[in-house]
Amino acid sequence: MSIWEYANPKKFVETTTPLLPWTFGLSGLCLVGGLIWGFFFTPDDYRQGATVKIIYLHVPSALMAINAWLMMLVASLIWLVRRHHVSALAARAAAPVGVTMTLVALVTGAIWGQPMWGTWWAWDPRLTSFLILFLFYLGYMALWEAIADPDTAADLTSVLCIVGSVFALLSRYAVNFWNQGLHQGASLSLDAEKNVADIFYYPLLACIAGFVLLFIALVLMRTRTEIRVRRIRALELRARRAEART
Amino acid sequence: MKALILRDLRLAIRAGGGFGLGLAFFLIVIVLVPFGVGPEAAVLRRIAPGILWVAALLAALLSLDRIFALDHEDGSLPLLATAPLPLESVALAKAIAHWITTGLPLTLAAPGLGFLLNLSPAAYPWLFGGLALGTPALSLIGTFGAALTVGLRRGGLLLSLLVLPLYVPILIFGAEAARRGGDGLEATVPLVFLGGIALGTLALMPFAAALVLRINLR
Amino acid sequence: MMPDLGPYAGPVIWAYVASIGLILVLVLASWRRAVRIRRALEKAEGQSRG
Repeated sequence: MSIWEYANPKKFVETTTPLLPWTFGLSGLCLVGGLIWGFFFTPDDYRQGATVKIIYLHVPSALMAINAWLMMLVASLIWLVRRHHVSALAARAAAPVGVTMTLVALVTGAIWGQPMWGTWWAWDPRLTSFLILFLFYLGYMALWEAIADPDTAADLTSVLCIVGSVFALLSRYAVNFWNQGLHQGASLSLDAEKNVADIFYYPLLACIAGFVLLFIALVLMRTRTEIRVRRIRALELRARRAEART
Repeated sequence: MKALILRDLRLAIRAGGGFGLGLAFFLIVIVLVPFGVGPEAAVLRRIAPGILWVAALLAALLSLDRIFALDHEDGSLPLLATAPLPLESVALAKAIAHWITTGLPLTLAAPGLGFLLNLSPAAYPWLFGGLALGTPALSLIGTFGAALTVGLRRGGLLLSLLVLPLYVPILIFGAEAARRGGDGLEATVPLVFLGGIALGTLALMPFAAALVLRINLR
Repeated sequence: MMPDLGPYAGPVIWAYVASIGLILVLVLASWRRAVRIRRALEKAEGQSRG
């Protein structure tokens, strides 16, 4: 039994129907558990005070913002090579989830930065890269909406995703280069992976797991919706053709 | 391919504007900036490299949707696709024509307009070099974007949304080169990166644009 | 029960409210669209069979 069996839209919907509530449930458990654990039961950081609690939202959402785009990239490649519609629809379904994650990362990053850097927005390399990623997501979603024919839209957005990924990577290096001059040796880094002690680490893992599961659940649900939309269009087309013949 | 480039150039001139329009827009943006930020010379000197680059970007952006528009309107786009010239060369020719009408005049004019923004004298060669390397890349990326949105109504706005994020690395390295050069610092690194991007886009963008054109012509 | 957030109470609370709010909007919007489309499909399939 190969994984490509699930590329069949009907089989995909059938298989995911029992999975969906469990994925949502597990995600909710990890999220609520992790956030409560982190918010109520961890101490403050000696430098950042209580703002360190923002880490439980900022890091997982930032991770998912990147991973969502990577998933879209893989799905786009699969569509271009193997022409499985489920793959193209899954990429389309993932984009709004990714853009929301990016927005959460940006908002929490800015809110975190305010007390730390004294400014609502700082052109820190990380935040700036996420702002650019946000724009890439918007362009991708806008292109899907603009093209009438679904298969053409799938093709064009897939190419855009691939080209965009190259430039997104390029931008990351460019932005790091660009910011060197301003914040040489930044005294404060939002890169929590480096200075995360054990006591913060486990609730953070729980939150990351929760976000990952939430992403999976949402993409599954949205892909099923896209598959159904496609089926509705096919039925309408058939009905219109039958009418035209009579 | 030369014939195609010449044809596009002739069309650009006949359609009115051609070389002049992009340049005029460039000038207008540069003139507008002091009205927005105040005439203080020190402030202008600091932001001059960035403003010149952003103006160049916008000027390049404005003429992008015309790259394939005329051919799409009169139906010659499918003909170009089936012509003996490979579609990749067609895309490259379009990019070259766009550069000759937009990027090249900009690159030549920018040093002449830098004084309006009190650009630091040391920055001029770096600005020129950066634009010389960067504007071809802008045209190549823009051709890809134009191919994506060919034939769409309101395609111009979508084109801007798609292309401007792709322009960011070029803007960053170009402006950094001019800025560092103006401050008397070492500025070859960003210029090298720009060169790399220029070569990379030259190698890849024609293929990406041709692929997208084929998809759109199906 | 509520930890002492000190001077950072504002930012922390706002960060949580904004993030959870955005995620809830996404989940609810996705769910409502899913339900609406599923009903539309059932209707379309009913019509095509009838």
